[in-house]
Amino acid sequence: MSKIIGLSGNEAAAYAAKQSKVDVVAAYPITPQTIIVERFSEYVANGEVETEFICVESEHSAMSACIGASLAGARVFTATCSQGLALMHEMLYIASGLRLPIVMDVANRALSAPINIHCDHSDMMGSRDCGWIQVFCENVQEVYDWTIQAFKLSEDLDVLLPTAVNFDGFTITHAMEDVNVLEDSDVEEFLSIRKTKYKLDPDEPMTFGALTLPDYYFEVKRQQEEAMKKAYEKYVNVVKQYEALSGRAYNYLHEFMLEDAEAAIICLGSTAGLVRQVAKKLRNKGRRVGVLKPWLFRPFPSKELLKALENVKSLAVLDRSLSFGAPFGPLCSDVITTLFSEEKTIPVFNVIYGLGGREITPKEVEDIFNLALKAAKTGKVEEKVKFVGVRE
Amino acid sequence: MYALKDLPKEELFCSGHRLCAGCAHPISVRMITKVLRGPTIMVSTTGCLEVSSSIYPHTAWKVPWAHVAFENGAAVASGIEAAFKAFRRRKVTDKRVDIIAICGDGGTYDIGIQAISGALERGHDFVYICHDNEAYMNTGIQRSGATPKGAATTTSPAGKEIPGKPEWKKDFIGICIAHGIEYAATATPAYWGDYLMKVRKAIEVDGPAVINVLTPCPLGWRYESKDTIKIARLAVLTRYFPIYEYEKGKYKLNIKVPKPLPVEEFLKIQGRFRHLFKPEFKKDLEEVKLYVEENWNRILKLCGET
Repeated sequence: MSKIIGLSGNEAAAYAAKQSKVDVVAAYPITPQTIIVERFSEYVANGEVETEFICVESEHSAMSACIGASLAGARVFTATCSQGLALMHEMLYIASGLRLPIVMDVANRALSAPINIHCDHSDMMGSRDCGWIQVFCENVQEVYDWTIQAFKLSEDLDVLLPTAVNFDGFTITHAMEDVNVLEDSDVEEFLSIRKTKYKLDPDEPMTFGALTLPDYYFEVKRQQEEAMKKAYEKYVNVVKQYEALSGRAYNYLHEFMLEDAEAAIICLGSTAGLVRQVAKKLRNKGRRVGVLKPWLFRPFPSKELLKALENVKSLAVLDRSLSFGAPFGPLCSDVITTLFSEEKTIPVFNVIYGLGGREITPKEVEDIFNLALKAAKTGKVEEKVKFVGVRE
Repeated sequence: MYALKDLPKEELFCSGHRLCAGCAHPISVRMITKVLRGPTIMVSTTGCLEVSSSIYPHTAWKVPWAHVAFENGAAVASGIEAAFKAFRRRKVTDKRVDIIAICGDGGTYDIGIQAISGALERGHDFVYICHDNEAYMNTGIQRSGATPKGAATTTSPAGKEIPGKPEWKKDFIGICIAHGIEYAATATPAYWGDYLMKVRKAIEVDGPAVINVLTPCPLGWRYESKDTIKIARLAVLTRYFPIYEYEKGKYKLNIKVPKPLPVEEFLKIQGRFRHLFKPEFKKDLEEVKLYVEENWNRILKLCGET
């Protein structure tokens, strides 16, 4: 059973956390994530949750408190973005290194300086290698669905890694949509209570966060990478089980008209909707274009990506963040590496767009498709990294 | 007051850790573990105690123990406390667990002060114990906010112009009390009965409680390992380190020192103050002595002893 209610992205995140019956939430408000914290405090104030809510004095302490609570065996949730995520950076590595299944919703926002409160993916890309599972959502429904699924994946005893659920600041956080929500009991059944292998327990004293010297540190990190591989395998079970419950099917990637596409655009998050709309329009004009949107970003779905792009002859990869001085943006680097590793040499170009909340227009997307179509025909790319929507 | 014979024989902090001979930290931790109330979880921040007691695959801790980072002992303790509150609310467990954070002065006076302030303000039920050896000992004896004026450290060396750290020690206990907490105290392992009584009192407080323990460091203070407790006692007997407690708005001087030894007795057996005895730094030595006197009088006044 499910019902439809109107929720913003932030409200959907808070609602999903509530239904996931989290034991502890430790969070600090930051625009545009603030409403998650506000809604959750309302649940607490009204006695709608049994959660212990810690209004911490900083994001650094938010993640530290989450780590403490998770070590004790609690189901833990937090949310942040931008500077807040940057302040957590040190703790993100510790959360994954200690193998703690914390779920964090990230309302993606640009980083200072200059200060900007609007969307891009610089915040999460700055923490790309922190050992967290990372998913990107396209709309409010996905925020709701992924927040719940994240607990299932993170808490799997073979995985035990934290998950960041990313969604675009303002574009999704503040957009009100009809959201199909599950019954509380269904979520409860889907997640059950958190099981633990190891925890801070006076009945069974254990040491956590030990000093690990050159004789063992490498092995611990190697196991963390193995856990990522497990997460990749277990991911399928999670989305299948969730589909059985909700009727909504997720996969590693969302593929759109790729079977016979000559040119494709690959992008993360809310931009995908616009890109698909433009693709549809171009299809009506007889242009063979398609769209690929990864839901899962870490671990990176290389195998599925290669399969999805099997027939594609050229590719434009959209990055909503910059990796200063690098050959390409973060997503494009991963895509090119994946293609190259299987000796798939098609023309690929990188589009940097939308920094600091800059809109990308249908016309700009159409132009990108046209460039990709041209590259498919000629087999060549004129501009490897293209900045779209910026005054040069 | 505790009698030695009544203390549990069981050691929850085992031998085999790699702390220096004469280090006051293991002495302090053993004392803490002797007066635990019931199920306890301990937290430490990065520092001497952590790096020497938890070298994987070994551990000296027989209580559940966690280290997360350098600056967040209070925040991690907040999270653990919150988890057990939630467990009790959900009836997952009815267990009450005491949470004790044992952290060094660098992670307390300096980088950790924000997390401590936040946790005290929110009123989490935990005990925060600062092992105050007055510098960043683990990283090679650098100055911290706890380093006293005139002490030589590797980042406040005694040179020709500047005789050690030019600034006074931070009033950490004062900062904690200003948060409106119920219990705060100073202590030292030299007065073990007093220290044990305070640890237990702090555990029994329903809310945050803080103890600042002076823990001499042979390496950083440059004295012989055998002299740790002697120096800790001299710190008290020279009035350099007043032993007092604050309980529900009232201060109490626990160790009265009616006839103090000269401050030089405490300073002269430590290498970190050696330069203060050179003729050119006579003025600085006098300043330190004056500070000790003024600080003592300040505490005396707070304790209503004047």
